[in-house]
Amino acid sequence: MGRRMSYREALREALREALQADPRVFLMGEDVGRYGGSYAVSKGLLDEFGPERIRDTPLSELGFVGAGIGAALGGMRPIVEVMTVNFSLLALDPIVNTAAMLRHMSGGQFSVPIVIRMATGAGRQVAAQHSNSFEGWYAHVPGLRVLCPATVEDARAMLAPALADPDPVLIFEHAQLYNLEEELPDADIVSVDIRSACVRRPGNDLSLITYGGSLQKSMQAADTLAGEGISAEVIDLRVLRPLDEVTLMVSVRKCRRALVVAEAWRSGSLAAEVVARIAEQAFFDLDAPLARVCSEEVPIPYARHMEEAALPQVAKIVAAARALMGRTP
Amino acid sequence: MIDFKLPSLGADMDEGTLLSWHVQPGDRVKRGQVVAVVDTSKAAVDVEIWNDGVVAELKVAPGEKVPVGTVLATLREVGEMTESGPARQTQPSPVITRHPVSPLARKRARELGIDPDAVSGTGAQGSVTLADVEAAAQVRPAVTGKPAEPAAVDRQKEMRRAIAAAMSRSKREIPHYYLSETIPMALALAWLQERNKDLPITERILPAALLIKAVALALQRTPQLNGFFRDGAFQPSSTVHAGVAISLRGGGLVAPAIHAVETLPLMEVMSTLGDLVRRARAGSLRSSEMSDPTITITNLGDQGAEAVFGVIYPPQVALVGFGSMALRPWVNSGKLHALPLLTATLAADHRVSDGHQGALFLVELRDLLQKPQTLAQACTTPEEPCRNPP
Repeated sequence: MGRRMSYREALREALREALQADPRVFLMGEDVGRYGGSYAVSKGLLDEFGPERIRDTPLSELGFVGAGIGAALGGMRPIVEVMTVNFSLLALDPIVNTAAMLRHMSGGQFSVPIVIRMATGAGRQVAAQHSNSFEGWYAHVPGLRVLCPATVEDARAMLAPALADPDPVLIFEHAQLYNLEEELPDADIVSVDIRSACVRRPGNDLSLITYGGSLQKSMQAADTLAGEGISAEVIDLRVLRPLDEVTLMVSVRKCRRALVVAEAWRSGSLAAEVVARIAEQAFFDLDAPLARVCSEEVPIPYARHMEEAALPQVAKIVAAARALMGRTP
Repeated sequence: MIDFKLPSLGADMDEGTLLSWHVQPGDRVKRGQVVAVVDTSKAAVDVEIWNDGVVAELKVAPGEKVPVGTVLATLREVGEMTESGPARQTQPSPVITRHPVSPLARKRARELGIDPDAVSGTGAQGSVTLADVEAAAQVRPAVTGKPAEPAAVDRQKEMRRAIAAAMSRSKREIPHYYLSETIPMALALAWLQERNKDLPITERILPAALLIKAVALALQRTPQLNGFFRDGAFQPSSTVHAGVAISLRGGGLVAPAIHAVETLPLMEVMSTLGDLVRRARAGSLRSSEMSDPTITITNLGDQGAEAVFGVIYPPQVALVGFGSMALRPWVNSGKLHALPLLTATLAADHRVSDGHQGALFLVELRDLLQKPQTLAQACTTPEEPCRNPP
């Protein structure tokens, strides 16, 4: 039987389970303890597990991410929450230069089994400095595994395999997903694979490739397109690094057309990477130019109507899909 | 600023290749002037411009293939100022455009032995898709090996494809009905012989011209056969632009128009017909002739077919066919005669007219051809004085 819960509750349940299962696991970050987390994910955990394992940190990403890496090197299994990806730029050095590279730099002697969670994305009228989607930047770096749960199931079940990974894993939670409620297909699920992309909706005419906060929009667009006789296959990347090229190419070879939907800006983006790989590997199977729906190349505006205009929306996805099919808009 | 766009030179044309410009930026042009030559699937056509003005910019370079409706050039209206400051002399940069073909379509075309550049596209940005290639393969069998003369073969293929598209559309959309009528031609031939007797060849009139003129006049009585069926409704035409089917050497045909036939003196119908045939075969038809026939007339008599039941050329609503003229038995007042007879046929669009009107048309046509002298005289409209020499 399925079990209905929110994305936020799923994340909390996964954290609680991890804390219960392994004494080396602890959660650290700004406001994760007394305040219960900026997005209320860790609410109640301080009472349950105490201040040793649910640790509030000062406002210093450089400091506490570095401390988390040190703890991982020392044999712990830290889960570090960075409030949002916007502030993670302050911790780029420990994440990229230390966590991602230490295995290589030490000739395999050290690994950094850290999990870093952070919120990402726009759409809540919190203005440019709090609305970025930089997960693609991390997906650029060898040595990191980058996950992007877009469903309640993935929110529930990606943490355990991430903790089991001996190398650093980054988990990006789109801020608009925390209130998403879904039925868990398997009520007892505790783990999912963190290697593969997933076909969320099968189709034949067009691969809609997306992840995170754009999955729901792409699913709605696929519904609209189905009403026009266009069968869109929706692929949820789930894992931004390493990319699951097999699932991508199987879908693109079948559908012969691909549209990538992602909230980050298109220049130098993960969407660009996906398009490039398709061009490299499936060029002779393409029956239309590759296309992308990304955010407009502006700092994300504060005003609601301007923010909505800047982000990928269902109507934009539908229009781009129609154009690929040679339909007039 | 006026946009000069590539006109549709027939229902089956969706793109054309600009072959050459007759004008340059800065040239003054007059309405009706031939300004460019465009290669359609059927022929090289002299394209006329429909505004007076001064050429501002040529937007499409010779060799480019562009869809119907593409802006070929911009015109300044007479008196319209250029932008302040010295006019910029823009050097038209050489633009290389390819016929867009998707990678998958190109691969499949190679497998099928089809030239993808000869297929018209329905995909993104007008590109040729897998489905377009496979549809083209259904229409014509694969060619194996290398075509000897790619250009010539392509023209042939394109023409075949264009005809296939237009005729398939016709048979798909137009509920045809067919009528035929045998017409005694003795009086008409006798009149022509008398008229032509002492004239040099260049001034003689052939039966074909008489038939075209008779069709135009007979249509005055049945306007339901003359015009276009567009957007679910019939748009009658107040004048008869008779499209004359001309078969081309090497295969295929075109049907350019003789304009306002009902107003033309018979001799002018004749000379226009001769001119059209010559220019159709030389490949220099004008855009206005290609785009606006209101009815088509086909004459297969020379080839020996007794009657022709034609396929209407959309969006027209009727086609008149003439078979061979030959001495055949004819009963008049209970007696058998050997007379030159001609079978006239009508294929008409049942959405617009009924058999009753079609029959009236054929009867009128028959009667007019019994009075050839009236055909020669009937060349005036109220607005326009007769141009026939006295």
